[in-house]
Amino acid sequence: MVNYDRILNQRIVDIKPSGIRKYFDILSEMKDAISLSIGEPDFDTPWHISDAAITRIENGATHYTGNRGTPALRRQISMYLSERYGVEYDPATQITVTIGASEGIDLALRAILSPGDEVIIPDPAYVSYLPVVTMCGGKAVPLRTFEKDEFRMRPDALRALITDKTKAVIFPYPNNPTGAIMEKEDLEGIAEVLRGTQIMVISDEIYSELTYGGKDHVSIASIDGMYERTILLNGFSKSFAMTGWRVGYLCGPKPLVDQMVKIHQFTILCAPVMGQAAATAALISARDDDYEDVHRMKRTYDIRRRLLVSELRRMGLPCFEPRGAFYVFPNISGTGMTSEKFCDAFLMEEHVACIPGTAFGESGEGFIRISYAAATKNIEKALEKMQAFLKRHGG
Amino acid sequence: MEHSTMELQILDILCEDARMTPEKIAAMIGETPEKVAECIEKLENDDIIIKYRTLVDWEKVDDNKVEAWIEVRVSPQKNEGFDMIAKRITAYPEVRSVYLMSGGYDLMVRIEGTNLKNVAMFVAKHLSTIDGVISTATHFLLKSYKRDGVIIGEHKKDTREVVAW
Repeated sequence: MVNYDRILNQRIVDIKPSGIRKYFDILSEMKDAISLSIGEPDFDTPWHISDAAITRIENGATHYTGNRGTPALRRQISMYLSERYGVEYDPATQITVTIGASEGIDLALRAILSPGDEVIIPDPAYVSYLPVVTMCGGKAVPLRTFEKDEFRMRPDALRALITDKTKAVIFPYPNNPTGAIMEKEDLEGIAEVLRGTQIMVISDEIYSELTYGGKDHVSIASIDGMYERTILLNGFSKSFAMTGWRVGYLCGPKPLVDQMVKIHQFTILCAPVMGQAAATAALISARDDDYEDVHRMKRTYDIRRRLLVSELRRMGLPCFEPRGAFYVFPNISGTGMTSEKFCDAFLMEEHVACIPGTAFGESGEGFIRISYAAATKNIEKALEKMQAFLKRHGG
Repeated sequence: MEHSTMELQILDILCEDARMTPEKIAAMIGETPEKVAECIEKLENDDIIIKYRTLVDWEKVDDNKVEAWIEVRVSPQKNEGFDMIAKRITAYPEVRSVYLMSGGYDLMVRIEGTNLKNVAMFVAKHLSTIDGVISTATHFLLKSYKRDGVIIGEHKKDTREVVAW
């Protein structure tokens, strides 16, 4: 008999499985459930984008691409970042197409971390940063963020966590799960702390197109002194409703990108060519029609966002106004329930699925994540159910 | 006529769901319910909002509705152009829509009847006999795939995984 305990890498075994698995199992059985737990757009990929991939297949152009991605896509990405966010990256040496921004997180961390290195990660944040840091032998250092700050990262909190082992800061804004954004002034404060250090920022900007209330996304790479210490990650999943295509990209200083490409080359080879064709079409057509597809989706998200915030507040749940992504993050601590208890009960009693804030870190206790990447009529129904639920639980 | 952003936003929302309450619309666009209600009333009074109706998938209802689209070629009348003839056609209750078109014919008339025969008879007896009507071509509708921006038939299923980060 093989003793798998001896075979397995203890560092992997020790990573806690996600507590969300149980919701998956329950939801798969519960046919009438409303799922506000999904972190991907409910829109389909605009057809002309899908069509570009079909054409690629019809032409038989289905071979490997260069490791860094097709020159056409990298050129488009370079133009896009320059026009939208004012950051300049050389398509030949500073941009690599990845399998979603997720691969970018892995590449960035693997390229820079040695065992014992510390990485500061906002808490709450997307679930993959911490395990990837752990897999690289690094130490994840949570930076607690708070509702009173609208879950922004505060410069003093960052400064307090920096040690001589700090290698990088994960910078995920607009933020999943809170919907927080970092505005230019906020970024200046962070830059003030990091300028002159040997600390890299891994800026996950996957929700960059989804900001509301006239607050356009600002990339930290565009702030004075930050370009040379930023690895910028982005992709097409959220802005163009292209999650399943798995196309993202990373940009950064050439010496770093060269090393990240090495890992990518030996593990992935290249991102799927159909996805790259679709992504290229997405950027070209977006520029041609002034981002109308993106705006159309954003207008709908914005309507749902306002409806949710206003209705949740009316029901007595404090809810700061999220300005990015497609999540609201109401404070449910007044009900006396923990985040997990609240989500369990809400699902079992009302058949509506949300995700406990604690799935995204300890600072998520007292909050739940509600995704508004869901049909407006389902959000309305879910809100009625929330009202009934809160009434019953004396909230 | 210039319309405010609020009016356009309200129209967008109501076109999607006419039963949306002023309270919800207010929440969605960041206005007060009173202002929204006032705005809707104004849109109604100005005949910008003409009517609230229901989109029905009649194929699921067991009745013998027959729908036809009729191309009508017309010789325009002096001083009146197509308007007078178009008006005469609109007067029939069987006629559901009348549009003036560019291209190979002039008016597009949509008719509803209870069977093929009575639609055909309507065209023969009433439509083609109107002074100024040169010819008609009747197309019976066989199946609707999409109406007013809504795909008809099976509801599109949400194929996403039930939980995702």
